[in-house]
Amino acid sequence: MRKLLITALLFVTTLMYAAPKYGGVLVFGRSGDSVAIDPAHVTDGESFYASTQVYNTLVQFKNGTTIMEPGLATSWDVSKDGLEYTFHLRKGVYFHPTKYYKKRNEFTADDVLFSIKRQFDKTHPYNKIGGSYKYWGAMDMDKIVKDVIKIDKYTVKITLKKPEAPFLSNMAMDFASILSNTYAMDLLKEGKSDRLARYPVGTGPFVLVKWVKDDKMIFTANENYWDGKPYIKKLILKVITNSSVRAAELKVGSIHVMDFPNPEEIAGLEANPDIKLVKQEGLNVGYLALDQVKFAPFKDVRVRRAINYAINKEAIVKAIYAGFGKPAYTPIPPTMWSYNANVKKYKYNPEKAKQLLKEAGYPKLSFELWAMPVARPYMPNARKVAEAMQADLAKVGVTTKIVSYDWGTYLDKGRHYKDDSCLLGWTGDNGDPDNFLNVLLTSNAAKIPASNRAGWKNPEFDALIAKAKTTTDIKERTKLYMKAQEIFADQVPWVTIANSLVVEPIRKSVMNFKLDPMGKRRFNKVWFDK
Amino acid sequence: MFSYIVKRLLWTIPTLFGVTLLVFSMVHLTPGDPAAAILGDKANKQSIADLRAQMGLDKPLYEQYFIYIKNLSHGDFGKSANSNEEVMSEFKDRFPATVELSMVAMFFAVFLGIGAGIISAVKRYSIFDYGSMFGALAGVSMPVFWLGLVLIYFFSVKLGWLPVSGRLGYEFDIDHITGFYLIDSLLAKDYEAFWDALKHLILPAIALGTIPMAIIARMTRSSMIEVMKEEYIKTARAKGCSRFQVIFIHALRNAMMPVVTIIGLMLGSLFAGAILTETTFSWPGIGKWLVNAVYQRDFPVIQSTTLIIAIIFIIVNFIVDLLYAFINPKIRLG
Repeated sequence: MRKLLITALLFVTTLMYAAPKYGGVLVFGRSGDSVAIDPAHVTDGESFYASTQVYNTLVQFKNGTTIMEPGLATSWDVSKDGLEYTFHLRKGVYFHPTKYYKKRNEFTADDVLFSIKRQFDKTHPYNKIGGSYKYWGAMDMDKIVKDVIKIDKYTVKITLKKPEAPFLSNMAMDFASILSNTYAMDLLKEGKSDRLARYPVGTGPFVLVKWVKDDKMIFTANENYWDGKPYIKKLILKVITNSSVRAAELKVGSIHVMDFPNPEEIAGLEANPDIKLVKQEGLNVGYLALDQVKFAPFKDVRVRRAINYAINKEAIVKAIYAGFGKPAYTPIPPTMWSYNANVKKYKYNPEKAKQLLKEAGYPKLSFELWAMPVARPYMPNARKVAEAMQADLAKVGVTTKIVSYDWGTYLDKGRHYKDDSCLLGWTGDNGDPDNFLNVLLTSNAAKIPASNRAGWKNPEFDALIAKAKTTTDIKERTKLYMKAQEIFADQVPWVTIANSLVVEPIRKSVMNFKLDPMGKRRFNKVWFDK
Repeated sequence: MFSYIVKRLLWTIPTLFGVTLLVFSMVHLTPGDPAAAILGDKANKQSIADLRAQMGLDKPLYEQYFIYIKNLSHGDFGKSANSNEEVMSEFKDRFPATVELSMVAMFFAVFLGIGAGIISAVKRYSIFDYGSMFGALAGVSMPVFWLGLVLIYFFSVKLGWLPVSGRLGYEFDIDHITGFYLIDSLLAKDYEAFWDALKHLILPAIALGTIPMAIIARMTRSSMIEVMKEEYIKTARAKGCSRFQVIFIHALRNAMMPVVTIIGLMLGSLFAGAILTETTFSWPGIGKWLVNAVYQRDFPVIQSTTLIIAIIFIIVNFIVDLLYAFINPKIRLG
């Protein structure tokens, strides 16, 4: 079936374009360097850009979608109680030899054990090496995973402490990438275990040749890649901090794909005959959290609804996102399964806002409006968003003071409910609605340091999310999440603002480049048409 | 002379202590939790606590400071909290890039600055004088990042003469011997790489060197004008020295005193300017790295890099002081 699909796909592609050609060097201009290439230790997107090229996960998302497909595991079984996941591993896959490690080791169950166990088993030789396992902690994996057991050379069983439906999606995340056990043990013997984070040996489509810090990474194609040899011969990730300079590089053709363009420069790039834009809705949401722990009037749902009516988000998105964002009405983005398009929408209505505020006994209201100091895809310019909101709110008798701090302080104070309201956002990790609704809105997440920035607690909402987490049937889960979004829209603990539209300007000669909803940049199916 | 050098060297010890204390307090007293900043928005309580413990932030401040000083005395500059690599090795990776850029920028600034200053002073109130002094004023007033973008727009995008950013084209791969690409490429006898590295240097060096050049030009001009009024210049002229001899032997050497001071101080501002230039031109040096470290609140990197830069400053100032004696034998150190 899979083969048939691939053949059909290839046929269609051939009809649409000329046949893919091999060869060429692709330069990807990005805004910052990776911190390290060990995906279990890092949390920044720039590091994952690099690790994605080198490593694979057991299960993965189909290129450009949130649909799960086999990765290094060809198939998997889940026990009836949802507590045991058995993965059947792909045979005949080898870790690629590199300039710094010549051995060619076969991928087996031991590598899966190494990659997962080091993150939680305190007795594992790599548990204390390379700092903390940040994503493992962030995804609460300690509370989910009980053990990893080798059944035979090509079969691994992972047992869970509780039924947890999003677990499979977690295994497709970068932190669950599979590293070579033999390589790691060889490094340990030589006393060079620190090198694991800088000199990766993986099973992925590309092989790292050289990393010049803050400058570039050079990769060559993995000729024996299990999912087909990449079309391009070489891949270069080049750090170009300034976005105007990145745009200049793209115009002169010294880079082929450009990350994070300035919204103001998009039109100029689109007008260039050698450049085209690739667009996709981002797996993210930008919002204004109404902190009801610090600012008591937000405990009243009428006040929250009034704020929602008072803010003209359609106008804000149009003006500040420069058209590269869509107004958001629920906490999860439209690209995600279980998105509910029919929830209550608060269309701009200042009269209604005034009336609701009067009813609630707050005809005049004054609070701090916190604006993020950094740009994110879901919030390209928080300051401007805050200013627009300030103007809108003033029209209904609400005065606001715009406050900002450096990013670390901003996050820290927000986690401790030191703000009245704050602009923030979230980018999905694993393509699962639980990753938005549970992390950002349940009572559990309102414990300090809180990720539920509104401090909103709703038992009915909590119950739905908890139930969806332990149900493996995707249809049932979809129903529960749809209902949870209705409660959210009725209670509006936030003003949802926008889902970004990710725009990647690329040279016209670059074919088959797809944006990934998870924010990865994959190049193994990309080719040059010259 | 010898006792002077020893005295100067001994003085650096309390200075360096002061620097460590100042940087340590500045870094630790500013609000915000570095562990939270490093882990980002996805962190939870446990992971923040773990990282704080790993960074030693759970200990009292004075204890943290003593541990820091103790490690320093062993030559241990600590590990970057962010990348978990030795600060010293990360510094060594990037420092040559900054030095190479600063040296070329300084070379550009000194030659053009002194040259323009001399001509302006000799041909006072000429078109050249007005033109170059106006240029110098404009040069001092221009923000470095803006000048950088303008240079890129004209010379790279419109004219296509020079590369937009970076240090070397990706098609070249030269071995890291000294870390200076100009030297490494020559050592490897790869002249194409040398040419490419040079081309990559031109725009950032102009952007970085413009402010020092403008200041040096103005300083040279005024200093030369002063010196040209001196009696000994008259004497030199009276005894029949050629114009060249008067300007370059009798006047310039005396006029150089304040200029050398300025150049010494300028090396400091060059590092500051390097931060902006490196960001604009994606130059992989310490400027950009330090800015990132500040954003990330990477304590070990900020502390140790500032200390290393302070040491370099002290050395540069020391050399400048010694240069005085060389230029002007009237100054006897001691």
